[in-house]
Amino acid sequence: MSYTTHADLGGQLGHGPVTPEPEGELFHAAWEPRALALTVAMGAIGAWNLDMSRAARETLPNYRELSYYEIWIEGLQKQLFERGLLQPDEIEAGHALHAALPVRRVLAAADVPRVLAKGGPAEREATTPARYAVGQIVRAYAGAVPHHTRLPGYVRGKRGVIERVNGMHVFADAHALGLGEQPHWLYTVVFDSTDLWSDASPGLKVSVDAWEPYLEPV
Amino acid sequence: MSAHHDEHSELGEMDLRVRALETVLAEKGYIDPPALDALIDTYQTRIGPRNGARVVARTWVDAGFRQWLLDDATAAIASLGYGGRQGEHMRAVENTPARHNLVVCTLCSCYPWPVLGLPPTWYKSAPYRSRAVRDPRGVLADFGVALPESTEIRVWDSTAELRYLVIPQRPAGSEGLDEDALATLVTRDSMIGTGLARSPA
Repeated sequence: MSYTTHADLGGQLGHGPVTPEPEGELFHAAWEPRALALTVAMGAIGAWNLDMSRAARETLPNYRELSYYEIWIEGLQKQLFERGLLQPDEIEAGHALHAALPVRRVLAAADVPRVLAKGGPAEREATTPARYAVGQIVRAYAGAVPHHTRLPGYVRGKRGVIERVNGMHVFADAHALGLGEQPHWLYTVVFDSTDLWSDASPGLKVSVDAWEPYLEPV
Repeated sequence: MSAHHDEHSELGEMDLRVRALETVLAEKGYIDPPALDALIDTYQTRIGPRNGARVVARTWVDAGFRQWLLDDATAAIASLGYGGRQGEHMRAVENTPARHNLVVCTLCSCYPWPVLGLPPTWYKSAPYRSRAVRDPRGVLADFGVALPESTEIRVWDSTAELRYLVIPQRPAGSEGLDEDALATLVTRDSMIGTGLARSPA
């Protein structure tokens, strides 16, 4: 099984300067707010979780050529097509041509404030002791990962220090694969930039939040 | 979006596609179109960086609140009425003369929605996501910010469901201001770490 993410950008060179943007400039075309709202509303039907959505987006073959909300729309369509909730000829026609499938719930306007306020907490009751303690040195997993993961390439195989233990959290890798929540301990692991980059600037430290299976003892 | 595309035809095409998608999904009964309007209105008028500015201003006038925010950001922020989607697990990090914090999501666009709203385009784009973890001083220079060489920079890559809020340093000359006036000095960028709080006029 092979898996290619196009979203793991940390440390890549050659993307050019950052273009700042004034506060309050949220959208750049009339369809963008609709794309945002469609994605959030369709998330509520319960056919997939956020980790599955991230996986659907980062594996789009044309990820690099698409704008942000184009990625969201492509990812949404891909998930709908995969589950038979939508078929390509319906987009062409601009109308439903096939029967709808049952969905768990439909987000109503009146429920929007409550649903947003509730969110989707990822922390779960601790069921095992944490393997690592604050101050401990660990190494980030170095191997290839044949599925969605949240361990960035730039820390793989690198030594870091456990800075904080953040409780047990839904494990993104398993969750994206549809294997359930499989909560694991989540750690904030801090890396010295001289261990990450050949051209490291002094006095720079970078941290990631890493689940226990991403780490091994040193 | 590729530069060689004609901008208007590209936008027109996406407008049609998204409209078609919305129509089909509504006909199938998967969405309630007024809910889309409610979602858009929420992020255009109610949930944005002014929320975070209130949190930061409170830390500048109330040392007890500041400590609470550093110890349990989710609870402290909830006490001001903010929380929920994409801010379920908050962590606040404070800038000091010795250390400057910068927040990024190299893998996608994770961002603390309840306190900062929707992320700006640059936060979601390749230049920022690629360089923030490797050349943060270069990124800060793109924003016109230069820090002393002696200041340590700490970059937080939001790789899980923790969301980060930077507490910028209170600007000099703001001593006599009340909390509301202080909040106007707190910019969105200062709470991401790509800016500093504004100096009072």
